[in-house]
Amino acid sequence: MATRLFAAPSPHIHGGETTRRIMLDVILALMPALAVSAYVMGWRVLFITAVAVAGCVVFEYLISRFLLKRGSTIGDLSAIVTGLLLAFNLPVGIPWWIVLIGALIAIGVGKMTFGGLGCNPFNPALTGRIFLLIAYPVQMTDWTTHAPDALSGSTMLAEVKGSTYDAAGNIVLGNMNLTNVNFMDMFSGYMNGSMGEIAALALILGGLYLLWRRVISWHIPVAVLGTMAIFAVCVALSIGGGELCYQLPLFHILAGGALLGAIFMATDYSTSPMTHKGMLIYGVGIGLITMIIRLWGAYPEGMSFAIFIMNAATPLINKYCRPKRFGTGQTAKK
Amino acid sequence: MRTFPIGGIHPHDNKEWSKDKAIEVLELPDEAKIAMIQHIGAPSTPVVQKGDKVLTGQLIGQAVGFVSANIHSPISGTVTAVDAYPNGQGQRRMMVVIKREGDEWVDTIDRTPEHKRECTLTPQEIVAKIKDAGIVGLGGAQFPTHVKLSIPDGQKAEVVIINGVECEPYLTSDYRTMLERTEMMLTGVEIVMRAVGVKRAVIGVENNKPDAIAHIREVIKRDNYVGIEVMPLKMRYPQGGEKQLIAAVTGRQVAPPPALPISVGAVVCNVSTAVAIYEAVQKNKPLIERVVTVTGKHLKTTHNYLARFGTPVSRLFELAGIPEGDVKLLNGGPMMGRAVVDITAPLIKGCSGLTVLSGKEAARGKELQCIKCGKCVEACPMGLEPYILSKLAKLQKWDMAEEHNTVDCIECGCCSYTCPSYLPLLDYIRIGKQTVMTNIRARAAANNNKK
Repeated sequence: MATRLFAAPSPHIHGGETTRRIMLDVILALMPALAVSAYVMGWRVLFITAVAVAGCVVFEYLISRFLLKRGSTIGDLSAIVTGLLLAFNLPVGIPWWIVLIGALIAIGVGKMTFGGLGCNPFNPALTGRIFLLIAYPVQMTDWTTHAPDALSGSTMLAEVKGSTYDAAGNIVLGNMNLTNVNFMDMFSGYMNGSMGEIAALALILGGLYLLWRRVISWHIPVAVLGTMAIFAVCVALSIGGGELCYQLPLFHILAGGALLGAIFMATDYSTSPMTHKGMLIYGVGIGLITMIIRLWGAYPEGMSFAIFIMNAATPLINKYCRPKRFGTGQTAKK
Repeated sequence: MRTFPIGGIHPHDNKEWSKDKAIEVLELPDEAKIAMIQHIGAPSTPVVQKGDKVLTGQLIGQAVGFVSANIHSPISGTVTAVDAYPNGQGQRRMMVVIKREGDEWVDTIDRTPEHKRECTLTPQEIVAKIKDAGIVGLGGAQFPTHVKLSIPDGQKAEVVIINGVECEPYLTSDYRTMLERTEMMLTGVEIVMRAVGVKRAVIGVENNKPDAIAHIREVIKRDNYVGIEVMPLKMRYPQGGEKQLIAAVTGRQVAPPPALPISVGAVVCNVSTAVAIYEAVQKNKPLIERVVTVTGKHLKTTHNYLARFGTPVSRLFELAGIPEGDVKLLNGGPMMGRAVVDITAPLIKGCSGLTVLSGKEAARGKELQCIKCGKCVEACPMGLEPYILSKLAKLQKWDMAEEHNTVDCIECGCCSYTCPSYLPLLDYIRIGKQTVMTNIRARAAANNNKK
């Protein structure tokens, strides 16, 4: 065999990071939460997740091959991530055919309409979830079917929703007394909610894995959760302070989809800002909107809407939060 | 430990293949082709003709204008042709071809082995000698050194920074130079300090070369080099970029083009260039040879040669044993080196190493869609947005590329290296940068005509 020269411009080596590997990392990071969920809520979790994942993959394949008439893109594994995240945002008792409709909306409307991976302005899984929440409100908020025995039919966020103002204009918590909440249960996964949002510890582990693999940076999760915590402390102070000052922020971070949203949904590459500064603004926005909806909105949970709204703001944030050009910092002499 | 402020990547340094190979003097070539353009600026004019006898170190190409460099014969013999031949990239360039007869040197060159430390020349005399010797930046940029050392009126140098970073993977020629030619380098640094009138010099070395750091420090102490210090830097590519190195060492950032390093008081010079300066000023020896690494995982042997310019690149590869099958031969390292397509091309001044990658190592992945992960933005050491610049170049939106500061790009390749979708970001950015620079020059020329 002879030696054959070939040529191309520099750089001649690559770091080895691939889209597929990134998506695989996200899938791996979601596995602990899936396991906890299946343990707490039963086998149906795996069934619904399988339906969502299969639906997303098949719809992406069909759309890219037969509607867009281009090569299949399912090899990048992003459809599996969308399927997992969609499933994580659904209650476990939901009928399987609704899951399929959600998958079609997520992939068909949320992702492929805009050109596929990287082109979508809104998080595809959230697009699917929000569609289902509006189209099938009853099935989407039926938490009774497979709930752990200890918990009744509604999520904890719905319980605190009864909050009203007292005569002085302060917020009063509704039916729930936070001192009765078992934070260890919330932490480990014994609470009511969508399939993937209940396992706080597992979600945090997944998040740490993604940080370690450098798939995400800390900016978005910390900004989202930090804003929510600070907001909750302010609310706690306004209604008397005391133990509420740590209970309320802890409650809001552990309840509902805060961790799932902050770590896995808000950090979606194509729908979040490119620079660290932009990520912080985006995260703070999500935290604020979530808390406003949770405390004063019509829905008990505001995470999905908050991320959706900030997705829409991402192009604007990108435009105004550009990286600092080398040599224009204060340290340089004119 | 210090490093530059933004961006950067951590490729495997792959220095283990050649770092322990001492510098060997390479045999002289039987025939040398010497290109008349081995520097940034105007090509030199050949001052010899076919049939002329030349000596080693004799001037054969005269610099044209200020930003240009003299070219000297690396061997002695007879000129057999003055004609255009392909360079490593296959572009035809004017070259002088010399057939070797023995090795007779110009008699003004001091070839004794003694180290000559004392220098009493004035700055002007030093710069003139450097200009005569045809010295250019040996780190790869090939910028004429006398231009760098001629401080413009109104500017003042405060510190000399010596580039011993060698952040480019695989290459070890600067590393060997720092270990084996330490005295020459340090005296060269003293001469540069004298030429630009500063009392302080910093040699920046990355911390993957602890023995070089220790050795230079020892020699500085032993031989009492005053005002020269070694600064270990945290390993990170592209620290050897001039602006990155200045920022790492001084904390100051050179403003965007056309600002020069001198605007923050820095004069930067590579370690091998410092050795060349020593030889030119103290020994009257023009730039006719350099240390060059020949390396790669699949070579039979790796080397650090002291080789004369004009030696065919093929000879160097031959000695190292090129593997069979698909290979990429690089003039330089894998991040910024240029692929060699014609191995009959001669060794040139800016070539600090020849790296051989297998087809597999250098293969480009299949290009996918941009997933907006922002890794290129994070990696860019100039604070640019590579994904936008590349897209704008692809769409031929030159004005917008200019607004997004595409001319700031130093072509380090960090963006393409990190892209998980294997987008050829730098390929497009390079096209955009060149087009925008052409447009800017055309505008300036049009404005001048109006005046």
